[in-house]
Formats: sequence, C-alpha cells, structure tokens
Amino acid sequence: MKGQHKEVLFGLYNDEEVLMSAIKKAKKQHLDIMDVYSPFPIHGMDNVLELEESRLHIVGFLFGMTGMFTALIGMSWIFGGSLMFDGDWPTIFGGKPYWSLPAFIPIVFEMTVLFTAIGMVVVFYIICGLGFGVNNPILDDRITDDKFCIAFQTNGMGDADLDKLNGFFKATGAEEVHTKAI
Amino acid sequence: MSAAVSKIREPLIQGRKNYHQITEDLIGPTEKAPNLMWIVAFTLSVITLGYGLFSLCWTFYFGIGAWNANRTIGWAFDITNFVWWIGIGHAGTLISAILLLFRQRWRTGVNRAAEAMTIFAVMCAGIFPATHTGRPWFDFFMFPYPNTRGPLWVNFNSPLLWDLFAISTYFTVSLLFWYTGLVPDLATVRDRAKGVRKKIYAFVSMGWTGKAKHWQRHEYLSLILAGISTPLVLSVHTIVSFDFATSVIPGWHTTIFPPYFVAGAIFSGFAMVQTLMVITRKCFSLEGYITTNHIESMNKVILVTGTMVGSAYLIELFVAWYSGYIYEQFAFYNRVLGPYYWSYIGMMGCNLLAPQVFWSKNIRRNIWWTFFISIFVNIGMWFERFVIIATTLARDFLPSSWSYYWPSWVEIGIYLGTFGLFFTLYLIFARVAPVVAAAEVKAILKQYGDQYLGPDAKPHHHHHDDEEVETQHGDDHKHHH
Repeated sequence: MKGQHKEVLFGLYNDEEVLMSAIKKAKKQHLDIMDVYSPFPIHGMDNVLELEESRLHIVGFLFGMTGMFTALIGMSWIFGGSLMFDGDWPTIFGGKPYWSLPAFIPIVFEMTVLFTAIGMVVVFYIICGLGFGVNNPILDDRITDDKFCIAFQTNGMGDADLDKLNGFFKATGAEEVHTKAI
Repeated sequence: MSAAVSKIREPLIQGRKNYHQITEDLIGPTEKAPNLMWIVAFTLSVITLGYGLFSLCWTFYFGIGAWNANRTIGWAFDITNFVWWIGIGHAGTLISAILLLFRQRWRTGVNRAAEAMTIFAVMCAGIFPATHTGRPWFDFFMFPYPNTRGPLWVNFNSPLLWDLFAISTYFTVSLLFWYTGLVPDLATVRDRAKGVRKKIYAFVSMGWTGKAKHWQRHEYLSLILAGISTPLVLSVHTIVSFDFATSVIPGWHTTIFPPYFVAGAIFSGFAMVQTLMVITRKCFSLEGYITTNHIESMNKVILVTGTMVGSAYLIELFVAWYSGYIYEQFAFYNRVLGPYYWSYIGMMGCNLLAPQVFWSKNIRRNIWWTFFISIFVNIGMWFERFVIIATTLARDFLPSSWSYYWPSWVEIGIYLGTFGLFFTLYLIFARVAPVVAAAEVKAILKQYGDQYLGPDAKPHHHHHDDEEVETQHGDDHKHHH
C-alpha cells in the first residue's frame, strides 16, 4: 500500500448473510474483489472468498519445536550425563542420574508452549501488517461496528467497468456505495 | 449463519439486540466519564494498594523478621496467598481456552473480563514469590543464565523452578491471548473516538481493519492459542501442587494433589469471576449479555469442581488412614482436630457444603445466592491453602519444635495490598476497554440472540428472516442519522 494511490469503490451491507450472497454473485461474475471487511469473523467466508488456508499452525509448530529443543538441549548441556554432553555443572539431586529426563519434562513443556505462543502472535502481527502505532487506511468507521464491506480497486477503470460494479452493488442489496482514495 | 442450533438451548443474548446496539452497549461504557461509585471504588483500591506497598517496603527495610513465619512454619501466609491468587487466575484461560475448544458459546459473555482477571490475579500472585525472601533485588538469581558466580545454574530438577517457568509462561500466554482478542474491539473504540482518544486507541488497536484474511488468521491464532493454553492451564496448578507433592512432608506428598489442585483452581477462579461479573453486569447494565443462563452455567462448574475438591478432601483422609503410616495419619488427624481445626471447618463448610445448594435450579439462577456462595468459595479456598500449608508444618516430626502461626500486620498488609492491586487494575480495565468481547458477541448473535432462539423467537422461515433484516435496517438508519 505504500507509495501508490489506490482508488477504491466499496459498498456497505447491513447483514452478513446479504454480504455472503453478494460475494458469491461477485465470484460468479468474475469480479475482482480487493477485500472484504467485517466487524466480526464470518463463518464460511474462507470458502466463499476462496481464501487459502492459513499456515499459521505450521509457524506455531516450528516455534514449539524450537522451544522444546532449546529447553531440552540447554538442560542436557548443563547437567551432562547424556551421550552428547559432558555437563557444564553436573549435579546429583536425590541420588538421581545427572541426566534425569522426567524432571526436565515440566520445563520442556512450558518452553514449548511459550515459544509457540510468542512466535505465532508475533508472526501473526507481522504477516497481517499490524502492530503498535500502525495506521492502516480505514474505508469507513462503521466497519468495526455494524457494516459489512466489499471493496474493489478501480485504478484505471473505464466508465463501463465502474457502471458494472455500481450495478452489482445495487443488485446485491448494498445500503451505501462510496469511493475513497487510500 | 445457519449452523445447527439446538431448539432447547436458551438465548445467550437478550433484549433483541442488533449489531449496532451491541456496539453501543459494550463500547459505550468506555466513552463515558466515570461515575461516583467508580471513583470511590478506585480511590479505596489505590489506598489499599498503597498500604500494601508500605508493608512491602517495611519488609524490605526490616527484613523477613517482620513476618511471623518462624523456623517450624517457614511457609505460611505468603505461599498461601500465592497459591490462592494463582488458583483464581485459572478461570480466565479455562473459560477462553477450554470452553472455546468445547464450543461452549456462553464463554463469549464472560471471557474478556475473566481473562483480564486472570492476568491481574497472576500479577498479584507473583508478588509473593518475588518478595518472600525480603531481598527482591536478588530475584534475578531465579533465572538460568551463565553468571558471575561461576558456571552455577539454577536447579532444573526443583519444582520451585518449574513453578517459575510455569507461571511466567502462563502469564505471557494469557496476556497475548487476551490482547489479541482485544484488538478488534479496541479498533471499534478507535473508530468511534475523536481527538486524543482516537490517537491512543489507534496506537493500541495496531491498525486493525477487519479484513477477511486477517479475521481468518485471527480465528486460527485464537484456536491454536486455545489448544496450547488448555494443557498449559492444567500444567500450571499441577506444577504448583508439585511444590508440595514432591516434598517428603506427611500431608503434602500425596499423588492426588495435581488433579485436586487443578479442580480447586477452577473452582476458586469461577467463584471470583462470579463475584466480579455479578457486580460488573449490574454497574454496566450488561444483563442482556451476561444473562442468568451464563450465571447458571458457571454455577454448574462451581458445583462440579466444588464436589470434586470435597471428594478429594475425603479421599485424602481415607488414604491417610488406609496407608497405615502413622505420620501421615497424624498429619490428617492434626488437620481436622489440631490447633487449626477452625480453618479445616472453614474449608469443608465453604468448599464442600456451601456449593451443594446449587443442586437447586432456582438457587443457581438467583443472583444473590450466586454472589454469596461465590464469596464463601473464595474464603473456603483460602482456608484450603492455609490448612495444607500452615497446619501441616505446625506439627512436624519433633514435638519440641511445634509451633503456632498467626500473621503479623505486615503480612496482612501485603495481602490487602494485592487486593488493592487487583481491583485498581480491574477498575482501570473496565473503564478503558470493553468488558465483554463485542466482536465475539456479534458473531454469535444470529445463533443465540433471543429474537432468533428461545420462546420469543420468530418462526424460522426465510421470508420472515428477511423481514427481520429489514426492520434491523430501519433501526440502523435511525441510529445513524
């Protein structure tokens, strides 16, 4: 979004079911939807908009593995007694072996969870382009309240195309249609 | 949307709300100037917090001798309060994580406030281990890092260190979960605000716009965070119970501790949620969102977990007798009939007996009963920890070192101070952020609103639905012009 200007034509709907059928029609007419905005997540939107499945869970898994091995290798390195490490400070507790895996499990588990959570949340904000102090352009203030929005990018569009989009909004029950440069 | 909904379920959103009305009801309180009641409550909380800080400074200046903990009863008020607050801090993540996985929609009415409460309770809990040595400036010794004391590491085999990891992980994950859920609602506040408020909320709402792709990822994130928080929340109190269960002290080293601590944590956490929500829904007029159905659901959880905890108390007694081990038997004899018999009575009365009234549907749905029982449970759960900790230590193996413990004014001051901290933070939260998750409530409106479900619902035919939509449009226009 940086640098270039986007001309946006967007329609506001009052109901998510009307919005969903509008999106279906748009897909049928092969209109190129720029984005859909809503005040809350709408069940089934992924399929209708043909959104790719999110890969955030893979990120979570990788971070979780990182946390797990950080804890496991860290403690193994300190205690030694295993095949890989001599031990930075081997200590016997309660007559147990230096490398007493069962006692490591709580910390390994907590570190797995901690890394997963932090990693996923940070990646989520980065890939969505969100973060403290970020000001993304807002098409309409009521989109976070009770309006559902379909937006089309109209840069370099001819009158015929614009008429088609306006006709689409009218036919699908949009309450308001606006243009905005973002 | 048209997900299958049971005909017998009762509506979770009452008052025939539409989307805009939900925004008005839930975001509105953050836009008004605080009323007198809030100011009075806030002032009292800050004063209590100040007294707590004074007591802490007293402890740091004069040392741990300002407390009445002694050589026999080395763990007393501080650890009791720590475990109590941590237990309370379990309800939020349980409500948001476990109930999300189980698809319990009533969580949407209470999850935001419960999660906030979790975070504040864990902060209160953290004060005790951080200050119980009287030398908090040495707290960095707890963290594992190669240090100037030689290659000396913390004891990774110690449950106390596991506790540090568990609680700091729990705090961090709860905070991330809570804040990520809060961002869309903060964006709603932003889009209604003007001037400086708009700038502040624009900063904290992170540029949220409500894009479909962002919502999709947000849903994924919430679900996976819920998935990892579920074992996390169970692990935290399990590990807290390891502080006792892995010791060699009769009365502590029992294998029943982890499940019984977790049940107790859920029990006390839900009780605290009830105490706060009964007041909050009244003050913010949220009866349409936190309905009697929500309160009844939580009371059912209190009844189940209370009975689990109560059964655990009885099983403990049985196992102590059945073990044939005299030291174990003495520890439990001493709990029931020893010098602290009054705390055992308090524990049994408040935790096992009091919640049994919730077998009655009328009492489960009664606000006053709910409020009073929730207070009883909070007190009872405090007694439980006191019984486990102080009573057990007071009569150890050596009769000449038997002792009695009563908190000093400094210890009581610190405990009061944690209440001050908790309520100060909660009152600030209730002013600056919506206490009910507005976006989540909107998402379930069409399944659980009373105009769609329950006795007052309109017949579910398609053209009727359209009429419903039409009238909502009419209302919206009135609001906006």
